[in-house]
Amino acid sequence: MTAIASTLPDWNPLSLWYSDGWTVTKRNLIKIKRSPDMLVFAVIQPIMFVVLFSQVYAGAIQVQGTDYVQFLMAGIFAQTVVFGATFSGAAMAQDLKEGIIDRFRSLPMSASAVLIGRTNSDLVLNTISMVIMMATGLAVGWRVNSTVPEFLAGVGLLLLFGYAFSWVMALLGMSVKSPEVINNASFLILFPLTFISNAFVPSETLPTPLRIFAEFNPVSSLVQAARQLFGNEGSAPVPDIWTMQNPILTVLIGVAVMLIVFVPLCIRKFASISSR
Amino acid sequence: MTIIEARGLTKTYKSKSGPVHALAGLDLTVPRGTVKALLGPNGAGKTTVVKMLTTLIRPDSGTALVDGIDVVANPKGVRRIIGVSGQYAAVDENLTGFENLEMVGRLYHLGGRAARKRAHELIDLFELTAAGNRPVKGFSGGMRRRIDLAGALVINPKVLFLDEPTTGLDPRSRLALWDVIKRLVADGTTVLLTTQYLEEADQLSDDIMVIDGGKAIAEGTSDELKAQIGGHRLVIALVNAADSAPARQIMARYGSGEPTVTTDGRGVEVAVTDGPAGLQHVLAELGAAGIDLHDAGMRRPTLDDVFLKLTGHKADLSVTDDDETDAAKPAKGRRARTDNPSDASSDTPPRELVK
Ligand SMILES: Nc1ncnc2c1ncn2[C@@H]1O[C@H](COP(=O)(O)OP(=O)(O)O)[C@@H](O)[C@H]1O
Ligand SMILES: [Mg+2]
Repeated sequence: MTAIASTLPDWNPLSLWYSDGWTVTKRNLIKIKRSPDMLVFAVIQPIMFVVLFSQVYAGAIQVQGTDYVQFLMAGIFAQTVVFGATFSGAAMAQDLKEGIIDRFRSLPMSASAVLIGRTNSDLVLNTISMVIMMATGLAVGWRVNSTVPEFLAGVGLLLLFGYAFSWVMALLGMSVKSPEVINNASFLILFPLTFISNAFVPSETLPTPLRIFAEFNPVSSLVQAARQLFGNEGSAPVPDIWTMQNPILTVLIGVAVMLIVFVPLCIRKFASISSR
Repeated sequence: MTIIEARGLTKTYKSKSGPVHALAGLDLTVPRGTVKALLGPNGAGKTTVVKMLTTLIRPDSGTALVDGIDVVANPKGVRRIIGVSGQYAAVDENLTGFENLEMVGRLYHLGGRAARKRAHELIDLFELTAAGNRPVKGFSGGMRRRIDLAGALVINPKVLFLDEPTTGLDPRSRLALWDVIKRLVADGTTVLLTTQYLEEADQLSDDIMVIDGGKAIAEGTSDELKAQIGGHRLVIALVNAADSAPARQIMARYGSGEPTVTTDGRGVEVAVTDGPAGLQHVLAELGAAGIDLHDAGMRRPTLDDVFLKLTGHKADLSVTDDDETDAAKPAKGRRARTDNPSDASSDTPPRELVK
């Protein structure tokens, strides 16, 4: 056999962390490129949501001070980034089932590289979905009524929230027995979280218990923040709750909390998992 | 001289039917440059040992050093010098063979250029050209296994771990893989391999440790073990069950142990040290005594024989609960539990048949 140096170059931890994370990201992106069903999920579904909701409900739902399409788009963006995060969980569970995690864990790579690669590639996927949704939105009459920096901040905030939520879902993905479990579980969590919110209808139109849930729902803050930054607010009164009155700050705090809690938990979990 | 040194390894899993002692105090020593086979039935604890030594799971108690590095205290140090091919091929289905190997090279930190160069070399070495540029998805179990094994050799590892490397392969792929492993061994790589096949341990290893219930029950070279269980087996099938007593007496004279008679009284079997000579003598005497035979021949000892001899009970090859999970991995090629590599391998002497 040809000799290969078994004394490997000394890498400093930071460049190791970066290059290993990038290697795994590339691997995940190749995977996405080669499985059409994932691409369909990321591309077709957002188009469908924008077109269906804007056409079906536009006449039925009244929004004070603006038309429904303007109101709807931030809601669909938020829903898409939150759903996109579940992909991180399903993919971790799948890798565990296929045994590739054992290969990764037997290599001298950075302990967080697989997780960083996972959440990074899902960020890429979410970005692609966002661009497609925006194009579709513009086609059905959506308009951004804010400055360029505000618009970019809105996009950044949505993607950041999705990224942080990916870490939450990744932990779930490593904790369940099979990828099917995570798919079912995440739908049970995500449907209420996205639908009992201000994403598709103004929350004040909901029956009281649901309205209260919707007003405290973090997804509502995300949607409210995006509406503000895109200038799609309309003139409806915002619920008199701190998290809804300060949606951008709320989202930033939420993102920080998710990352501070779940990144270390994920890394710890990863260090002890092994497929059977 | 020793490169693997493990003392008192234990691991207990919780299960619905109470605790499972996967390892119950296992000691293991492997000298540098040798091949050690862990031989044992399903559920013996083979995978658990391999996972501990490759830093995938931590022992509940006990210590293990690989090339002097503690697997618990410095897992990364161990990972830098080992190559692993686990029981189920750990390859990415959506990547090509080349991409899989390049990725592994990068994660060993060879750098992009060296990783690609090494991937090309391994593709040639393992004759993986067909899988080089197409996603692994569509390929056979044998091909997957080879890519996985190639992944374990991206660096020249100081120790190579192979967990049931040929389980689930057809006889031809099994022989091909044996060749690859033999070549590696000739280069002086230390190998720890696990298997359920005595034949495989015999073919590939210098030293065999038989394990059952998470403990070592015998250890030695393949010759030493065979001497203990008595090389070949002579097997005859009688026309008349009434002849079993005299046939048994005759076979006892040439056997290295007590002959056994099947419950229907027609089959008699005994272990012998020299198979061919023993068979000739037994046939001559049976002929002289006028005993009619349906069939006579010799066979190699199997794991079952080893177990029967060492533990007094048969190897438990029954389906254990972990097979349920395995059933969910159809692509990994579940082994048919009855396939004995000696049945089909071309280097097995044909079974002599006398009518
Ligand atoms: N993750 C696990 N959870 C529960 N039991 C396990 C787990 N892994 C292995 N076992 C049990 O431990 C025992 C030894 O398993 P293993 O090391 O896989 O055996 P082998 O590789 O020799 O077939 C078996 O009884 C198996 O069912
Ligand atoms: Mg095993």
